Amino acid sequence: MMLQTLWFVLWGLLWAVYFMLDGFDFGAGMLHPFIGKTDMERRQIINSLGPVWDGNEVWLVTAGGATFAAFPTTYAYMFSWFYTPLLIILFGLIIRGVSFEFRGKAESDKWKKTWDFLISLSSFVPPFLFGVAFGNIFQGLLLDGYGYFGTTFDLLNPYGLLTGAVFVVFFITHGALWIGLKTDGRVSERAVSLMPYLVPLLAFAVVMFLIATFFSTPLFGNFFKMPILFLLPAVCALGIVYVYFIYKKSLFQAFLASCAAVLTFIFTGVAGLYPNLLPSKINPMYSITAFNSSSSDYTLMIMTVVVLIFIPIVIAYQIWTYYIFRHPVKPEDVTDPDVETY
Amino acid sequence: MDALMLSRIQFAVTAGFHFIFVPLTLGLVVLIAFMQTVYVRTGDRDYLRMTKFWGKLFLINFAIGVVTGITLEFQFGMNWAEYSKYVGDIFGAPLAIEATVAFFLESVFLGIWIFGWKKVSKRVHLFSIWMVALGSNLSALWILIANGWMQHPVGYTIINGRAELTDFTAVILSPYAWLKFFHTATSGWVIGAFFVMGVSAYHLLKGNEVQIFKKSMKTAAIFGLFSSLAVAGIGDFHAAEVAKTQPSKFAAMESIWETEKGAPVILFAIPDEEGERNSVELFPIPKLASFMAFKEWNAEVTGLRDIPAKDRPPVTPVFLGFRLMVGLGALFILLAGTALYYLRKGTLSNKKWLLRALLYSIPLPYIAAQLGWIVAEVGRQPWIVYGLMRTEDGVSVNLTTQQVAISLAGFFIFYGTLMLIDFYLLFKFSAKGPEKEGRRTAEAV
Repeated sequence: MMLQTLWFVLWGLLWAVYFMLDGFDFGAGMLHPFIGKTDMERRQIINSLGPVWDGNEVWLVTAGGATFAAFPTTYAYMFSWFYTPLLIILFGLIIRGVSFEFRGKAESDKWKKTWDFLISLSSFVPPFLFGVAFGNIFQGLLLDGYGYFGTTFDLLNPYGLLTGAVFVVFFITHGALWIGLKTDGRVSERAVSLMPYLVPLLAFAVVMFLIATFFSTPLFGNFFKMPILFLLPAVCALGIVYVYFIYKKSLFQAFLASCAAVLTFIFTGVAGLYPNLLPSKINPMYSITAFNSSSSDYTLMIMTVVVLIFIPIVIAYQIWTYYIFRHPVKPEDVTDPDVETY
Repeated sequence: MDALMLSRIQFAVTAGFHFIFVPLTLGLVVLIAFMQTVYVRTGDRDYLRMTKFWGKLFLINFAIGVVTGITLEFQFGMNWAEYSKYVGDIFGAPLAIEATVAFFLESVFLGIWIFGWKKVSKRVHLFSIWMVALGSNLSALWILIANGWMQHPVGYTIINGRAELTDFTAVILSPYAWLKFFHTATSGWVIGAFFVMGVSAYHLLKGNEVQIFKKSMKTAAIFGLFSSLAVAGIGDFHAAEVAKTQPSKFAAMESIWETEKGAPVILFAIPDEEGERNSVELFPIPKLASFMAFKEWNAEVTGLRDIPAKDRPPVTPVFLGFRLMVGLGALFILLAGTALYYLRKGTLSNKKWLLRALLYSIPLPYIAAQLGWIVAEVGRQPWIVYGLMRTEDGVSVNLTTQQVAISLAGFFIFYGTLMLIDFYLLFKFSAKGPEKEGRRTAEAV
């Protein structure tokens, strides 16, 4: 009971950290052909992501692996029911990863423009579809005793699409802050100049999302039972407001606030779900929960030990990487012949 | 074709494709780490240029290796949901540990290595490539612990209609898994060594940058000889473990139909699965199969006829795959040994035939590794978990044939394109040779 609850929280945390980290590189990826006008400017943006995007994406692999290890039944159902959207996400992630690597490997303009387009598109599709998938989970799925009987098109309902859109707006804002913080010169200025439009749009999207969530999902049930949980959406809202007021003074603080907002946003959903992982909207009896889909206590115990030892180590060296690459990317960094870049 | 068959093909295609890129990563990164170590210790700038040149080729491959790995993780749930449910209590743990312990290490330190040339000290930079090497090989370890469990399940009991873990130590210390890991990792090292030897041979034939490529050739030939000997030696122990734990796979590897004492190794045969015999058998070496399997000349080896037909793997691909793999393995020892011999004599550059042979041998270790997987995975059939769960029971129940057909077609087109681009870039940058110091052409950035 304890272990399953602990793993539910860890499960939510892994997804939340994944979105917090890969979120900004999705956002920066979507924006780069628009904010970067010249090849050099685009390369500044891509190189600001270079040292970190791969480590960020491993959080997805870890979230997937942890779902498999801790809640194998959830893992099996989640991945087989969402076959088509996951396949598209997968193709998106593959294209994105190789695009970063391949883009700079030939001098032709056409070659670079093709990869630029692919980076942008493949940075948009996965987060949007993740949003749609999470939206549908929040709302409850068409689960009966035999499993999910909806189709991929059933997932594209208004609430699912809204959640997808909120994810995208969230990550674009998050990514614009990253570009502002981690590049130099006109690229940075252009990213920052978007903030007066992006932050209000994000605030609007999140408020719409919370209202829609209140009316079309049972998520707030847990919040009324345990009012302290309201801290999560409150911190999210405060984070967004703080971004608006601080970004001119400190982009670093604004970026941290945005990280907190993404974390608490995802966690708002996760807290509302508990103990469900894949709730049924037909009858709660058919819901897949942390309790009816978990691994044995023995496996959960082993996984807990592994995670308690290694996740802090991972976080430590990942933070160290961010520290090593703390300086904004300048055009001359990208052209330095002694330094490897994208 | 139904969803089951298509899912099997899809897994074979995606895993096989992933394993074109991963093994080069396993081996090449170790060689690069060696080269960089020599540079840091001696200050020899040739080794710096070698590190950068081979590093670039490594990175082109690495990207595809990583992203296609995500496919495999997803596929267990997408196509093999019943399997995932049944064994998740055991099988999920090594996968999650792989990500936590190995994959992060590899990815994060690779970021530091690629972009950190001027941001961290020489020693920290060297440390980071060793961490990448450690991470990628550790990652293989955890995956093969998971795969080893599918081959030879241990440390579990069946409760509540699924396999539940009872002894984690037995799972992670399973001799089967470790032998498989060492066999696979060293085969990746062979691939890395032959890649470096082959590309070096190309440049030596052309007379480009002779100094750099002689040094590369030497490093790779030593490493190649060591690892091809290791892969064969460990392979022998691995085959013995297979004989002990998976008699049907071993019988198929040797195409032995009758249970007999002192079973021979037949160098060439054509298995006749309908007739339950070999239609052609040439060059038998008496008692060798018994010795290979049990280290005893007169040990009894179970024949396929004593295994119910529904529990037998397809014999022909396993038998031929095994034969070819072993033959190639012997060739690698010979090639690496010959290259090293002439390197020591100082006459390698004159031996055009050998340089050409090394160049054209680049694909061979890849083929050997793929054949190894065919032996391992086709040989495991009809079981998804040997002796415990049949492959047909592991497939997701809700999949439609159409869904899998579309995704499979998608993988073919998509992976095919990626491979072409990757080969194009590998050829381009291999042929171009190392950058001149401090003055890279605009093309390279």
